[in-house]
Parts: sequence; structure tokens; C-alpha cells
Amino acid sequence: MSGLRLHRLSVRFGRSLALAPLDLEVARGEVVVIFGPSGAGKTVLLRAIAGLLPEAEGEIWIGGEELSAQGPERRRVGMAFQNFALYPHLTARENIASPLRARRLPPAEVEARVGEIAALLRIGHVLDHLPRALSNGQKQRTALARALIGRPEVLLLDDPLRNVDAKLRYEMRLEFPRLLRESRAATLFVTQDYREAMALGDRVAILREGRLVQCAPPAEIYDHPADTAIARLFGDPPINLLPAARRDEGGRIRVTVAGAALDVPALPPGMAHFRLGLRPEALIPLPTAAPEALSVRVIAVTPLHERTVILGHAPDGSEIVASLPRRDVVPGEILHLRPDPARLLFFDAESGERIAAHTPLAEAVS
Amino acid sequence: MRKVLRALALGAVLVFFLFPIFWIVLMSFQTNEQILRLPPSLLFTPTLANYRALISGHLVTAAGVLDITFLRNLGNSVLLSTASVLLSLLLGVPAAYAFARFRFRLGEDIAFTLLSFRFAPPLLVLLPLSLYFQDLGLNDTYAGLIWVYQLICLPLILWIVRGYFEDLSPDIEYAYQVDGHSWGQAFRRIALPLAGPGIAAAGLLAFIFAWNNFVFALILASADKQPVTVGALAFVTASGIQYGQIAAAIVLSILPTLALALYAQRWLVEGLSLGAVKG
Repeated sequence: MSGLRLHRLSVRFGRSLALAPLDLEVARGEVVVIFGPSGAGKTVLLRAIAGLLPEAEGEIWIGGEELSAQGPERRRVGMAFQNFALYPHLTARENIASPLRARRLPPAEVEARVGEIAALLRIGHVLDHLPRALSNGQKQRTALARALIGRPEVLLLDDPLRNVDAKLRYEMRLEFPRLLRESRAATLFVTQDYREAMALGDRVAILREGRLVQCAPPAEIYDHPADTAIARLFGDPPINLLPAARRDEGGRIRVTVAGAALDVPALPPGMAHFRLGLRPEALIPLPTAAPEALSVRVIAVTPLHERTVILGHAPDGSEIVASLPRRDVVPGEILHLRPDPARLLFFDAESGERIAAHTPLAEAVS
Repeated sequence: MRKVLRALALGAVLVFFLFPIFWIVLMSFQTNEQILRLPPSLLFTPTLANYRALISGHLVTAAGVLDITFLRNLGNSVLLSTASVLLSLLLGVPAAYAFARFRFRLGEDIAFTLLSFRFAPPLLVLLPLSLYFQDLGLNDTYAGLIWVYQLICLPLILWIVRGYFEDLSPDIEYAYQVDGHSWGQAFRRIALPLAGPGIAAAGLLAFIFAWNNFVFALILASADKQPVTVGALAFVTASGIQYGQIAAAIVLSILPTLALALYAQRWLVEGLSLGAVKG
């Protein structure tokens, strides 16, 4: 298989396990976003693949070859570092040309390909500058050009948008899909920004404390997060996580939460208490009170684009965030919000792990 | 007010350090009689006799004509200092890189031991050294002196250059390797040029220290291998101290280091502000 395949790749620094054994396959042209908080092992993973960590163990297959015993210069990867890592004594042109010079390509071809990629990234006018004369955005593009120009089998991007300003980050988020598609490399893109993860990833791999906790397409992660922590990380406004209990009535499975009683199609046996996850947009406003609706007293209102986001209190005091189709809401008003039964998420009260409740088909996908 | 005080303080410091050099330069153009008259005077007819004597190698004194080997001493100084610094750079720069980049067993201990060579008073090691040197046949050879000079140059270069390598982000070298270059190429084309100013500074400092050394060469070498620092002793003659020649000798022996320092200056300043990674 071309692209990247990792088999039980792990990294241990002394006695601490920086990366637990991990399996991952990335096809050419696919973008897998590595997402997680600082210290989760994202950079460690990229460096292990690039061959910069002698502590790495396990198999690394790149383009159908097992390369874990080879040095970084043999691995056919392109890498953009978070701190850019440009060569300060070489011009932007020579920085970008470096992977081609390493292969001793004829100067005319080097010149042509540098010009081509510089035009693509709109840095053609600064090619003769030294890195210190470049703006952060230009440095970032130069580093990106250097990673892309060798047409690598595997592209490793370590939070390339971290050190650029908000406007450029937004523009690059729009440009990246095209760039990455054209590079036709198996791409790992590290980020701490869930919007970037959602926007760029064909799949998102979530790392936490050196472990891969979930790897799935962005929509799947949003709809079926593996646990409450992931559910909180993905989504803005954030998910509501409420304590809930099972109260069956007349042969129907019923769940009580924040003063409402919901009929649910199925629940695993033996679950008496759990946490219920409600996405803010999965709360549907009803005109009048109903047993299956939460009565929420509005505390604060924030218009957000086409939606109106409200923060309110349920009768039992739980805070509820809801994202409604745009409408006028005033603080103090009581809203009747019915949770969409198809979008309920059940989590174990103690471990926080999601419990498959009513959509066994969705489970098969992940 | 502050400015005035500052200027005064700076002026005092400058006079303190530069006046002796200025006086030496004046002395080198005077005869012994002019130098020794009281009170000293700034008004004199300059003479090149001192320099002529040094360069021709014949010193005419009241007691007769004396042969001096000053130019040979000067050549020895250049040879010893240059060779010592080059050898130290050859050994010290790769070692400094290793100490900066890799953690290995006893690494810190080895680095500190090398530094500790600078702590020992030279006189303490000279007696055993001269005995060893006689056994090894290194007594009174350039090779032996250059070896001993490593005690001066190597720790200096190792520790200064190590600091410069540690300041370089290893990511820059990693990036070069990922581009497809070997580890050795990353060292030669990235680490070495970027640490260049530091290496130049360390080399210059080591050169000056080696140049100024006196006691190693005094004990371990005979007249024809000795540097200027020892050679200047020849001007203390039976018929008196030749102040004029000493001054001229000092001026001549300062010149090479001064020229080197002026030449290296631009390398020292340039590159220190390269802004390797994000600002």
C-alpha cells in the first residue's frame, strides 16, 4: 500500500511513555488531523515518523517500505515545523530548494519548481529575502513550500498555523484543502484548534496523554464522540452534559433529565444513572410546555450568525446552552426545549465513555 | 549631567587602559637615554633605531654588539598560536557539538574535566610535564608546545562554542535532514555556519591566550623555539635594560593579534542576530 502505515509505533522517554503503541493508516491524498491538547504526544508522533526520535519503536511503512531503521533523510517525508525552522543564513529560495538540492536535481529544474510552488503560495516576490526579513505569514509559507516541493510520500505538518495571525490562519484554512489535495501525499496535520480539525481532516485522530482515543471522520466525532472529554472539545457552543436517570413507565423506556421525561428507543440493560449529552442545536423549541421538553429560564442571549445562542437554567438548576434558529429572546423568558431523540448521547457516569444506546448501525461505522 | 558623568567615567577608563599602550608606542621611537631622562618629555626626535635593531638582529649596546632572535621569536609565536588554535578548533568544535546535542554517559563529567584544565596553576603541572616531555622526546619541539597549548585553547573553545550550539534550535538541523541531507551535511552546512560567529570569537580568544602564554614555553623550549613573550627577556642585558627595544618588540608583538581582532570583528558582530526561528 502506498501512503503511510504505522504498526504499534510507540515512544518511551526513560520511564515515561510519551506515545502508547499506535496503529494508523493514511492513504495518499488523505488528510488525517492529529488533534489533542499540549503534551498529548502529537509532535512526538510526527517526529517519530520523520525519524527524529531514536527512542521510537514499532513499524513505520512509507510507500510500501518499512523505514523505521532508516534516518530522516531516507524516509521521503516533508515536514513543516511549528517554529518554521527555516535556515537563517539562506534565502527563502534556497530554503525552499533544499529538498531538491539534496537530490542533486539540475539547477534549471530546481529553479522552475521553486518558482512554481512559490507562485502557488504567493511568496514569489520574497524569494531573495533572508528568513529574518520575512513576516510570520511568509515564513510559514516558506516552510510549507519546503515541505511540499519534494513531492513527499508523507507530509507532516506540525501545527503550521499556530504562529500566524488570525486573518492569515483563516485564509490558510481555506487554502489548505486544495494544497493538500494537490500534494497527493499522505498528510498528518497537527492542531489544537477543533475548527481546523473539522475543516481540514478527512479523519481526525484524537490523542490524549499519548494514547489514540478516537479516530474517525469529523462528523462522526461530532455526532458520536468516544467520551465526554471529546464531546466537550468538539463543538462551539459546547455540549450540555447533564446527569440523567432511567425511569421506565408502562413498558416504555424513559429517561428523566433536568425536569423532563424523554422516551428513548433503547438503553443498555442495567444502566440506572448516566450522563446525557445534548448538543445545543439538538434542542428544539416548542410553543408550549410539554412533559418531554425542558423548561429553561433564559439568563443570557448571544446572537451568533444565523443562530441565537442562549444560556439558561433548568428547574433543577442545571445550566443549559441552546442554539436556536434566529429569533428574539429576552432574559427571564421561559423556553420549552425538546431534545431531539435521535441525537441523544449517553455517557457512563463515572468513566465518561459513550454508551451505544440506540444506533447500533452508527457504531459499526466507527 | 548624567551624560557628562558618563563621558568622564568612560574617558577615565579609556585613559587607564590606553595610556600605557600610547606610552609604549612613544617609547619605541626613543633611545634609551631619551626614555630615562627626568622629567619625561613628549618632545623628542623619533628614531627607528629600535626597530632597525630588532629586524636586523643586532643590538648595539655600551657593552658591545649583541645578537637577538626577536624575529624568530615572533615567527615562533605565530606558528605556535596558529597551530594550537587550529588543532583546538579541529578537536573542540566537533566535541562542543556532541556535548551540546547529545546526552551520553559521563558527558558532563568529561566536559567539566576539560574545563578544569583551566583551573590548575601552570606551575603545578610544569615540573611533571617537563619530566614526561624529556622521556617522550617532546622537550623543545613545536609539537610538544602545541600539545601543551591545548590546555589553554581547547577548554576555552569547547565551552564557548558549546554555548553557541546550544542556542541553535535543533529543529533547523532536523529540517535539513528531513529534506534529504545526511547528519554530517546538516552539521557542516547548518550548524557550523550558524555557530560561525561563536567559533570565530572562541578562536580569537584562544589565539590571544596562546599568544600571551609565557611560562610553558619558558620551561619546555629552548631559545630557538620560544615565542616573543619569552624572547623579550633577552633585552634585559648585562649592560642594562633596553627599554627602547622592549617597547618596539611589544608594539611588533601586539600587531598580529590586533590585526586579527580587527579582521574578525565583523564576523563576530554579523550573524548574532539572524533570527533563526519564530521571532
